[in-house]
Amino acid sequence: MKKMFFYAGGAITIVLASCTTVKPYQKMYLNDAEMELRGRRVEKTETSFHLYREGASGANGGKAGGGCGCN
Amino acid sequence: MKKISLAVLGMYIGILGSFSQTGKTDSANYKSRKLKLEEVNIVSSYYHQEGEHAAATGGIGSEKLTDIANTIELKLYHYDKKYRKRTLSLEAGIDYYTSASSDKIDPKTISSASASDIRIYPSVNYSIENEQKGTTWGLNASFSKEFDYVSRGAGISFSKLSKDKNRELTLKANAYLDRVSLILPVELRPAGSPRGDDNNYATTARNSYDASVTLSQVMTQKFQLSLMAELAFQKGFLSMPFNRVYFSNNTTGTEALPGSRLKVPIGLRANYFLGDRVILRSYYRYYQDDWGIKAHTISLETTVKLNPFVSLSPFYRYYTQTAIDYFAPYKTNAAASQYHSSDYDLSAFHSGFMGMGVRLAPEKGVFGMKKFSMLELRYGHYNRSNALQSDVVTLNIKLK
Repeated sequence: MKKMFFYAGGAITIVLASCTTVKPYQKMYLNDAEMELRGRRVEKTETSFHLYREGASGANGGKAGGGCGCN
Repeated sequence: MKKISLAVLGMYIGILGSFSQTGKTDSANYKSRKLKLEEVNIVSSYYHQEGEHAAATGGIGSEKLTDIANTIELKLYHYDKKYRKRTLSLEAGIDYYTSASSDKIDPKTISSASASDIRIYPSVNYSIENEQKGTTWGLNASFSKEFDYVSRGAGISFSKLSKDKNRELTLKANAYLDRVSLILPVELRPAGSPRGDDNNYATTARNSYDASVTLSQVMTQKFQLSLMAELAFQKGFLSMPFNRVYFSNNTTGTEALPGSRLKVPIGLRANYFLGDRVILRSYYRYYQDDWGIKAHTISLETTVKLNPFVSLSPFYRYYTQTAIDYFAPYKTNAAASQYHSSDYDLSAFHSGFMGMGVRLAPEKGVFGMKKFSMLELRYGHYNRSNALQSDVVTLNIKLK
């Protein structure tokens, strides 16, 4: 568990250190609907059945447990 | 020459001025405060699975299941006196499913209540976005009901956007206070217990709490990513009461799992615009819990834009997990064990999920209907290493 937090902390540090400032008028590609940084509505049922049929859940915008008769 | 240079400089400043943000005036700040419908989303899906390790029959028997799900979401918004955007999202969902294994809970009934069931799940989200401060506060509430399960959920969220709008930090916390009906396999019920469609089963609590933090970051003009870390804790009756376990000494019991579970998933999502027509969407998650599961999920979707309004998105997802400490197949669990399960969803396996999506978002609306702004259709085939296969088709329609 400690290792996990160590790697997550390392990843955050690298991300913050290596980014560049992008101006609003330079965000044509980033603002594309298919560049969204989350699961899309059309993936909703897939996220649900993965929650039922697999032991792992969470960190994907879906539920991490509870709310349905699933794991 | 000086005059020409000054004229060019003047023109340059003029052009820059026309692109720059104008000063704050009353008319520039004006935003209608009337409640407006932002969009309507309708999602319909069909899911079908086949397998041979049903948990209700102790790890053997058909896992055949069909689920038809429909949800509709209405998003409304208005600006308040302080020009904060208040958004209200109302969602209602209904699932109809049939399950061969649930029918084996009480095979003596012609059609037990669980063989087919309807699940309804309304939810409401309310958020207040302060565009000047870059903050968004949100509240949500949800409800879900099916024959043997009732859930009541509530949550809170907070987002903060950096000044340059290239970084966002989101914090979320949710709680689900659920009730599980204690429906035992028919042969294990005490005398006088309810049967069939009677709904007088005793219930017990299953509570789930989770907190998550998400950091989204723009890396370049074509690359952005987000990191997600979540902590989820469940407490209460976490087994399924009707899941049989056939022990090695030829006796039968029901699934027994610990009364608490701590889950820690960490995810990374990275999207990259390759050239002008291709988007690479990738996702990785590491998951660990205190029941013994360690899992890796990795997925890659490649969106190819045939033109600005039509795109195709083939995708592949790979998943692998270790088993919980209490899993054993049919007739191999020890009767003396405190915890035991033959649910293959909690066994060691790996799976592949692949398919294709198509998205239409024409400028003049789908089929020329201006309000019909987007249509997305997606198909996927799922193949699990322990003989479970499924297919899912989903249609998403957006009206604006």
